[in-house]
Amino acid sequence: MSERYQVSASPHVRDSITTQRLMLYVIIALMPATIFGICNFGPYVLVILLATICSAVLSEYVYEKITHKPNTTSDLSAVLTGLLIALNMPPEIAWWIPCIGAVFAIVVIKQLYGGLGQNFMNPALGARCFLLISFSSQMTTYTVGHGFTNIVTNVASTTDALSSATPLAYLKEGIHFNLGAMFLGTTTGVIGETSALALLIGGILLVCLKVIDARIPVCYLGSFAVLVLITAAVRGYSDPAVFMLEELCGGGIMLGAWFMATDYVTSPITKRGRIVYGVLLGFLTWLFRMIGKSSEGVSYAIIFINLLVPMIEHYTRPTAFGIVKEKKKKEADK
Amino acid sequence: MSMKKDSPVERIWNGIYTENPVLCLALGMCPTLAVTTSATNALGMGLSTLVVLTLSNLIISILRNIIPDKMRMPGYIVVIASFVTIVEFLLEGFVPALYDSLGIYIPLIVVNCIIMGRAEAYAGKHGPVQSLFDGIGMGLGFTVALVFIGGIRELVGAGTLFGLTVTPGAYVPVNIFVLAPGAFLVLAFLVAVMNKLQIGLGKRTGWDPTESGCGDCAACGKCSVCGGKPEAQKEEA
Repeated sequence: MSERYQVSASPHVRDSITTQRLMLYVIIALMPATIFGICNFGPYVLVILLATICSAVLSEYVYEKITHKPNTTSDLSAVLTGLLIALNMPPEIAWWIPCIGAVFAIVVIKQLYGGLGQNFMNPALGARCFLLISFSSQMTTYTVGHGFTNIVTNVASTTDALSSATPLAYLKEGIHFNLGAMFLGTTTGVIGETSALALLIGGILLVCLKVIDARIPVCYLGSFAVLVLITAAVRGYSDPAVFMLEELCGGGIMLGAWFMATDYVTSPITKRGRIVYGVLLGFLTWLFRMIGKSSEGVSYAIIFINLLVPMIEHYTRPTAFGIVKEKKKKEADK
Repeated sequence: MSMKKDSPVERIWNGIYTENPVLCLALGMCPTLAVTTSATNALGMGLSTLVVLTLSNLIISILRNIIPDKMRMPGYIVVIASFVTIVEFLLEGFVPALYDSLGIYIPLIVVNCIIMGRAEAYAGKHGPVQSLFDGIGMGLGFTVALVFIGGIRELVGAGTLFGLTVTPGAYVPVNIFVLAPGAFLVLAFLVAVMNKLQIGLGKRTGWDPTESGCGDCAACGKCSVCGGKPEAQKEEA
């Protein structure tokens, strides 16, 4: 009995959950989108997935071997990084391009800064942007998924270039796209981003398991939706509400909001900070998509706001119990 | 390395390796990052700086007892700017292509902190011969570092070296390396390699590169540690 009164060093509250199990939950939550991607784009996607995950794990193992660090491949974080990189690739990309991305993500973005928990930006998105700048033509050539051709001919028979444009390219010009197809995911895009439904299932699963905080995706999607709604109304697009839903279902925003922005290492730890973080992400994505020249901007928005996270945390630090703020103190003194 | 201090060979080796201005002292970052998009540009920039640095070191060293101490900065600038102007005209006249691709970075050699730094820290305190070889060493160190950075960036980012295609046809260039992020990445990796090498150097020779921030008291000017009088302090000790 007496040993219960002994005070040990913090942390005092412990949980049975481990890094490995958290990573496993996220990987399971990504499975609907992954399986949908394989079904939608064909078996070659499986090759991309396996090659990317293998090179991510291998580069982590080799780096830690060379630098005599403890082997951390079993915590599954490298597997998750590899999976996210693969899901961010166009479906018919040469398999070695995401492999280079995986090596860059693990070695340069994660390990050189000190390994898991020390990286200043999301490794998977850093690698995606690295590849986007390096191999811009290969990274933006999207091929038509199964069952996509019919939808395109129905929706936009007036436009000429149908073969490789993503739904966002239509939305960019204010042309409506088939909302049902975008929600289900039978459109073009990178492997894991097309199906908003599959990503929502995974995201809600993560929120229910309390793996991620709902504040980030809700604030992100919410602020983005409001801004798009206003823009669409101001620009006089027909059905602004439908347009807003199409913007939410198109491109990488669902994948980004539920799985990328919520990365523990690169999102704020304070609750108010997460709200600020989500709103800033929504604003920046809106800026890139609606005001900027490009039709997509989720990855750049997330890695940019990742860099602001230390500052957001600094300004949203909660007051400790029993501490009176300076301002209130002065008022009380008066 | 038991080389006599301030001997020509020691000065050149010091500039290239022990105190490489780019990879060890982190001076002259602006041209290092901006003009190393190809090995040719890097070599041109390195050699231009080498010429200016060598000649300005020599002249400043000769004039060091004539230039009043309070007016030394304007004095150095006049000497350096004269040589930069000469080099600029020579480049424009004989290698106009290189002149165009280096652009504003040629006149900016005037404010290159390697040249100002060597004038202030070395040439203003040492004899002409030593200063001449110090300039050659530092200039060569700058050139070598730039050619390494430029060569790696050009090879990976464009698949060529000095404008010649050296990679097989199937090679897909990694475009990011000729863009700005590539400069930072390659520079950081080379600095890391240099640190690794010099830690090894310290183990072999007992010389500790972390002992003083710059490794050379003569190069440090006036910091708070020694009050700018290393020789005097040594004599007292």
